[in-house]
Amino acid sequence: MATRFGIPQFPGSCDEVDTLLAANRVGDAELLWHKDKDLKGVDVVIVPGGFSYGDYLRVGAIPPFSPVMQAVAEHAKAGGLVLGICNGFQVLTEAGLLPGALLPNVNLAFTCRQVDLTVENTETPFTHECTPGETLSIPAKHTTGRYFAPPEILDDIESNGQVLLRYAEGHNFNGSLNDIAGVCNAARNVFGLMPHPEHAVDPLTGSDDGLKLFHSLASAAPMALGSGDMT
Amino acid sequence: MPVKATVLIRPKEGILDPQGQAVEEALPALGFEGVSHVHVGRLVELEVEDASQLEAMCEKLLANPLIEDYEIVTGS
Repeated sequence: MATRFGIPQFPGSCDEVDTLLAANRVGDAELLWHKDKDLKGVDVVIVPGGFSYGDYLRVGAIPPFSPVMQAVAEHAKAGGLVLGICNGFQVLTEAGLLPGALLPNVNLAFTCRQVDLTVENTETPFTHECTPGETLSIPAKHTTGRYFAPPEILDDIESNGQVLLRYAEGHNFNGSLNDIAGVCNAARNVFGLMPHPEHAVDPLTGSDDGLKLFHSLASAAPMALGSGDMT
Repeated sequence: MPVKATVLIRPKEGILDPQGQAVEEALPALGFEGVSHVHVGRLVELEVEDASQLEAMCEKLLANPLIEDYEIVTGS
């Protein structure tokens, strides 16, 4: 049975359709609405990029209180898989589902470019189709992507192997601490990254390296707790 | 009677503040000398029935305590 993906759409989301198309390559994907109180039994939630609720107050600050994100938090607590891309990563940190926070890029500019990412840990549902140390070429496009965590949290996530992706040398344009591009929670069922794997799923657009993350999710979902398809 | 409050939100000390740096570099370019330690934050004005809830509002929504400090000023 195909893995079912749900993609919450907020007013101001803009990458939900590319995420839907990417997830449809490896499973069955559907959009969820920010006012939905349940996740329609999907196995994997992908919080997409964009400017949810206009990024008002602070990026990602308001979405955690939406009905759909309350359901996503319960899904995550039950062990269900959750991926956050760009604004989705910001939302998951603000929701307390991922450690740290995202701050304005050091160059104070919206930057759109291809970045090389080094895969640091492949023993997770998000990266198991990659090889350790592999380089992924994936586009990044954001203004607020500088990963920050206070020293004690940074030490924890580093020693716990929660840093799954790092910017390769010369590619950390936003000033993230320890070159961190993507980080997961301690339980390894919630993951967020600033670059956009959903924009790298077809060689036609330069790289299909992003597909590896989607394939990883599709094959890991049946094993994850909280999966709607568990029998 | 609602209480008028102002919440000042600042980047936490020690965290790189490129916005503050950009302003600090722009001022001398306009001829303003002797400017240092510039930081840029946010200001939220609100009226509340119960001022005792302001701190919880800051912790839960108005500020992100991981990266920001906040200061609540009440009174007209």
